[in-house]
Amino acid sequence: MRDESRASGVEEGGNPDWDKLGGLATVSARMQLTSPMIEVHDLTKRYPGRTAVDGISFTIGRGEVVGFLGPNGAGKSTTLRILSSFLPATSGTARVAGFDVFREPDEVRRRIGYMPENNPLHLDMRVREYLKFRARLKGLGWRRSRERVDAVLEQCGLVDVSSRIIGQLSKGYRQRVGLADALVHEPDLIILDEPTIGLDPHQIRSVRALVKELAQRHTVLLSTHILSEVEMTCSRVLILHRGRILAADRTQDLERRLSLDGQVIAEVAAPAAALREVFRDLPEVESVEVQPMDGNYQRLSVQPRNGADVRELVYGEIRAQGWTMRELTRSRHTLEDIFIHLTRGKVRED
Amino acid sequence: MRVFMALVRRELGAYFNSLTGYVVIAAVLLLTGFGLLDLVERIRDQPNDVPVTELFYQTAYFWLVVLLSSPVITMRSFAAEKASGTYEALMTTPVGDWQVVLAKFAGSLGFYLLAWLPLAGTLFALRQITGEAALFEPRVIAATFTGIALVGSLFMSMGCFASALTRSDIIAAMLSFLFGIGLWMLGYRPDASGLLPMWALPVLEHLSMTRHMEDFARGLVVGRHVVFYVSTTWLFLFLTHRVVQTRRWK
Repeated sequence: MRDESRASGVEEGGNPDWDKLGGLATVSARMQLTSPMIEVHDLTKRYPGRTAVDGISFTIGRGEVVGFLGPNGAGKSTTLRILSSFLPATSGTARVAGFDVFREPDEVRRRIGYMPENNPLHLDMRVREYLKFRARLKGLGWRRSRERVDAVLEQCGLVDVSSRIIGQLSKGYRQRVGLADALVHEPDLIILDEPTIGLDPHQIRSVRALVKELAQRHTVLLSTHILSEVEMTCSRVLILHRGRILAADRTQDLERRLSLDGQVIAEVAAPAAALREVFRDLPEVESVEVQPMDGNYQRLSVQPRNGADVRELVYGEIRAQGWTMRELTRSRHTLEDIFIHLTRGKVRED
Repeated sequence: MRVFMALVRRELGAYFNSLTGYVVIAAVLLLTGFGLLDLVERIRDQPNDVPVTELFYQTAYFWLVVLLSSPVITMRSFAAEKASGTYEALMTTPVGDWQVVLAKFAGSLGFYLLAWLPLAGTLFALRQITGEAALFEPRVIAATFTGIALVGSLFMSMGCFASALTRSDIIAAMLSFLFGIGLWMLGYRPDASGLLPMWALPVLEHLSMTRHMEDFARGLVVGRHVVFYVSTTWLFLFLTHRVVQTRRWK
């Protein structure tokens, strides 16, 4: 069931030009430039009577956008809290940009833009005032913090509300304030815990668009239990369930890998018995089902053997018989199906 | 230092962004006002040469203000941030635990002193009205305010400690009130009870905040008292820091 080896797939960001760094490059600077953005090894977090995270390992390369997917209580937030060095792990190691999250928390925090679950903000402050305050906490000087606050206000579409009190803003705007806060110190890594939770569809779209934009310049790790979010925004997905990683792969690969049993469905104008007759004995076909539809159309479902793609075969046979066909489709598993299968423990993992 | 100042400014700002700050200031004004009314009547009835600050201190409104205002001022410092989740946002920035503890303490102490400030103005006005400059010696008033600040720092550090222990600001306020009133009662005329063993009396005498403050109100800044307040304040700040740090051991 465990599939952690797949989790790696480390991509080294473009190799730095060592000559340019010259003798000035310290060991830690080298480490930082070559090391992956996040390295987690055998990470475990236990609470009394409960194991929230159970020995997970994964690596995230620079520039990746990775989705952390799992039902509520899967251990997503706990893992993110450990990565942002808010909570210590019970055992195992986690490094961000080459720095240990427990031993070098300040170095880690400087490089992370973290938006915690439910996006907590000081509701009594004004948008600009809050962002400036956060920029100062993150160590930006007076002038620099003003520049950066102006930049993130612009980037997150907050210019019009910059002097409004946060508590009076809509949830969508508050979410943008949270994102602006995560961005204000130009972090290498952005960690977002459920960034679209509780938003209406319009707001979700605008927040997703923002996240996509961030993905061009930053490494992003976001957690969600909404699958379409991962499909839309992430290049890679880690599926977490009961504190373990069930699957980790590129979003498309995961879909492809687990969609192989896709059956083919056709709507054909033909006698039901003849249809069944034609497809039943083919070696590539596992089973055939025919259901009557409107007029003389039949709905034909062909279940392939060993996950073969039988679309061409079905088309060829129907044409050979001279029947009319009005639809041919192969059912694909969406990430949603995969997720349900995985978390039910029913998946036929290779 | 830059981070510390940003934190202190935020702490102070929070009092004025909500109603809490104004309510506390209004309540302190009301109570000191009652105290002063009391005092004016006394001066009128029988002329005396006791400094006016000592007279004010004797009206008992002083302790009412300290005991009631300090839990309200400090209750939100950690508890409210934990409850709303902003604590996590704060602790995932590169700020140190000590910076956070000291900033919360400095913010609440600053606000507490601000709430006492009108008293200085009222004393000045009284001096103008009564024309009895001898009763309003600046040295005595300065000593009184030193006492107010020292008592305040102990109560604020106790309040911060109570607030760090919990996520609920109501519980924080109750705890801090209990600490405050407990410590205050401990030294309140211990010889009167007659139940305590002999050796306990000098210890309690030393702890007695009422005695300490009495000296300050008389215009005496006694080193022993200063050491008492500074050291107990540090003790509670240290405990608060410990509580903040426990997150890392869990």
